Amino acid sequence: MSEHHDDHEHEAESYASLRTRALESLLVEKGYITTDAIDALVKTYEEDIGPMNGAKVVARAWVDPDYKARLLEDGTNAIAELGFQGAEGSEIVVLENVPGVHNVVVCTLCSCYPWPVLGLPPNWYKSFAYRSRMVIEPRAVLEEFGFDVGESTEVRVWDSNAEIRYMVLPERPEGTENMSEEELSGLVTRDAMVGVAKARLPEVVGS
Amino acid sequence: MNGIHDMGGMHGFGPVPIEQDEPVFHAPWEGRVYAMAIAAGKKRLTEPVGLRAYIEGLYPARYLASSYYERWMGALEDALISKGITTREDLDRRTAHFGDHPDSYPQRREDPEEAAKVASSIYRHKSPQRVTDRPQRFQPGDRVRARTINPTGHTRLPRYIRGRVGVVDRLHGIHSFDDARSQGRGHEPQHIYSVRFEARELWGNEAPESECVYIDMWDSYLDPED
Repeated sequence: MSEHHDDHEHEAESYASLRTRALESLLVEKGYITTDAIDALVKTYEEDIGPMNGAKVVARAWVDPDYKARLLEDGTNAIAELGFQGAEGSEIVVLENVPGVHNVVVCTLCSCYPWPVLGLPPNWYKSFAYRSRMVIEPRAVLEEFGFDVGESTEVRVWDSNAEIRYMVLPERPEGTENMSEEELSGLVTRDAMVGVAKARLPEVVGS
Repeated sequence: MNGIHDMGGMHGFGPVPIEQDEPVFHAPWEGRVYAMAIAAGKKRLTEPVGLRAYIEGLYPARYLASSYYERWMGALEDALISKGITTREDLDRRTAHFGDHPDSYPQRREDPEEAAKVASSIYRHKSPQRVTDRPQRFQPGDRVRARTINPTGHTRLPRYIRGRVGVVDRLHGIHSFDDARSQGRGHEPQHIYSVRFEARELWGNEAPESECVYIDMWDSYLDPED
């Protein structure tokens, strides 16, 4: 069963590419959408909305206890304070990882993901393997990411089946006491905010 | 619906395919499909059920054989056909045209003002919070059982949760009930709760004690449990 569907991405590209052109020609011709609107949406998600947003939220929470309290109490509004909001982010709940409790996010039915803070989801998040297995064998899945949670830690899996979107607030790594907020945001990866990894250690940055 | 999309707990899909430094879109067509689907949603072309229900409605073998954006593409096509905006034959004819002329692309039509409006719309959202006369039946700490239901339409209650007992963790306020909306019954706003289910309750005693699943449950999904 090693031939998972993701091998399919490239084989099918040609038909998909042609069919997409067919759909675009139709929607543009009928006036439902303009070509530059499509261009603009693509560019926005390629360049402006991504995990760098969430990393700023996490770094702020690490340096500002009041902000962190607001973030855990009302994620959507605390995130909006930093200017991040919009599609797939109408209600964002932030889950704090602490010693002994590890949170990780999945969407078994679809691939729901907090776009304003993390951008569009990576392929692994959308894969059938991740969607099917995270709820039944989270430790085994986390190991595939090179993450050993440890026997004594409770693993909480959040299945985002409704309109609430979840983001993980990873633990601040030790040895980062003297780092600035901006430097700290460089330690916060997309994977850490989904919960399949920890935040990076300072000496690993840039290596 | 008890569809192939409802994957929680299934076996057989192999290891998680992890790609280092992957791009947002793996091919230009993925971005085009994504953007068209978003724009079509804003133009209400995917109503009444939404793109998601069309994705779930793809034939299971096709669902499994398709990549994520191929599923969006198929769903968008089905939505446009069911809205009467196009036909399969029209799309086939257009596809064949581009197949015969692989270097040709759809004719460009631009409207910078409209493009800016569409692009900025994704930075806005409406709060999902609603009001309801329905009582709030549960409090954090209450034991609840997920109802066993098998609706043929769209539902947000996955099979692996049905019939299981959990504990209410927190309240998320009052949301529209997606099952009702996509079945044409309006919003039916109701309380929504985060409920914690222990792994052993879901998967049996072989499961580790220190694992659990939190999932969001509309009031209609729950019965009280002693």
